[in-house]
Amino acid sequence: MPVSTNEQGEPIWRLRTSRAQWLGYLAWLAGISLFLLCWKLISDNTMWVFVEDAGRQGSDLISRMLPPQWSYAHRLWQPMWDTLNIATLGTLLGIAMAFPVAFLAARNTSPHPLVRSAALVVIVSSRSINSLIWAMLLVTILGPGVLAGIIAIALRSIGFVGKLLYEAIEEIHPTPVEAINATGASRMQVMSYAVLPQVMPAFAGISVYRWDINIRESTVLGLVGAGGIGLQLNAAINSLAWNQVSVIFLMIFVTVLASEWVSARVRRAII
Amino acid sequence: MLTLRAVTKRYPTGDLALNDIHLSLPRGQVMALIGPSGAGKSTLIRCVNRLVEPSGGSIHLEDTELTGLSSGRLRQARRAMAMIFQEYALVDRLTVMENVLSGRLGYVGFWRSFLRRYPKTDVIEAFRLLERVGLGHALDKRADALSGGQRQRVGIARALLQDPRLLLVDEPTASLDPKTSRQIMRLIRELCAERDLAAIINIHDVNLARQFADRIVGLRGGEIVFDGKPGELNAEILTTIYGEEDWGNEEGEEEDADSAVQVTPAPALAMGGGR
Repeated sequence: MPVSTNEQGEPIWRLRTSRAQWLGYLAWLAGISLFLLCWKLISDNTMWVFVEDAGRQGSDLISRMLPPQWSYAHRLWQPMWDTLNIATLGTLLGIAMAFPVAFLAARNTSPHPLVRSAALVVIVSSRSINSLIWAMLLVTILGPGVLAGIIAIALRSIGFVGKLLYEAIEEIHPTPVEAINATGASRMQVMSYAVLPQVMPAFAGISVYRWDINIRESTVLGLVGAGGIGLQLNAAINSLAWNQVSVIFLMIFVTVLASEWVSARVRRAII
Repeated sequence: MLTLRAVTKRYPTGDLALNDIHLSLPRGQVMALIGPSGAGKSTLIRCVNRLVEPSGGSIHLEDTELTGLSSGRLRQARRAMAMIFQEYALVDRLTVMENVLSGRLGYVGFWRSFLRRYPKTDVIEAFRLLERVGLGHALDKRADALSGGQRQRVGIARALLQDPRLLLVDEPTASLDPKTSRQIMRLIRELCAERDLAAIINIHDVNLARQFADRIVGLRGGEIVFDGKPGELNAEILTTIYGEEDWGNEEGEEEDADSAVQVTPAPALAMGGGR
């Protein structure tokens, strides 16, 4: 008990008992020891010769990137447009698939526990695989190109949108659901009148957020051949054309900035 | 028209919420159900429309036995019993009109309701009811833009659009101020009389129950301990229902409340009543 009395009989209060206090100190000691141990391991495995001239290498790379080869930009508009399309179409496709999955996965709307488990498996397997890996798999199956990119983005988005949406569905107010049930409404009518209006703002917010993320992810899909500006990036790096790489970086940066701005505007308009 | 026989409800936690309830409600009667928190009032009315499944006994609404109905039949039976809720239970992001029309969901198909293409007669009736509860001006507002009293009026209009024969009313005034509470109770009372509806009203406020009900049933610990006319309710009976308390003061307060109402400017009251 952290409450005791002193000689005068007045109560003394402490947040923790002295036993809990000592256990706390011990935990800190163990944590710091572990950190130092890991530090030592990493340091032993690093070739410090390479790190020592990192500054020189870095400045050399930057000097080769500058000035950017601006004339290269006109060849990037088409791949950039592809990238935007991959992100947008992939998001739409992903949302369309995630929407029913979320309703099947939410505890309060799922028709059966077995269906719920199946929906959760879909969500987890989609989330556990990075879109770059999805793209690699799809390029082998579908061949290189934009289509593989779109489907990779869509498959990765199902898990993200599905998970956030089913959590939103589980957090709705239960009383309107009760009220709509009490009118004699069917299951689908309860969904469309009592559940859907309550999750609409969350759904719109999640979708725009995912689109924003997908713009960033689709810029690298080209590295594995799934279309978009990543193809050019890969080619430029392989041919050591660093002044072209810098143009691509700038272009990606500006696009991401613009997508952030759009999604912030849309989210504010919804809420 | 509504008969409960030996209705029992035991929750999975083991709590016995209702124990052997026998109750019969004739057509057109407004019955107030009073009792302390946790006495089983909410459970009782939710057992009638099976938002809560009773664990034993039988419930008849006219000739229909409710406890054994399949889910399709239950939907049909629910159309005849409309419910009004304590926290109004409106869908906040829908408009007043959509909320009222949702009372027809048991009658129209999914696509009609999804596309908001309700039959013309339903829409005309919805307009009429909104006028009747005094909200004709607000039908395009979102439900969360209304005050508590207005929201409860929307809840009442939704319930009546169901064209029910029985009203199940769960603490309709618990979140409202004293004046609005009286207006809402008066409105429910008038509408029951107009349409010859039976009603079970769960209510905490004993004075409102006395004033607006034909019959009072007292529930304690899941059992009926009083069933009689409002006039028969005295300090001794209140003690059986709620436990020991100085009930003499309660009656004194009631007189105060009555005189306070007479002090209120008459036009305001008349307006409230007319709505």
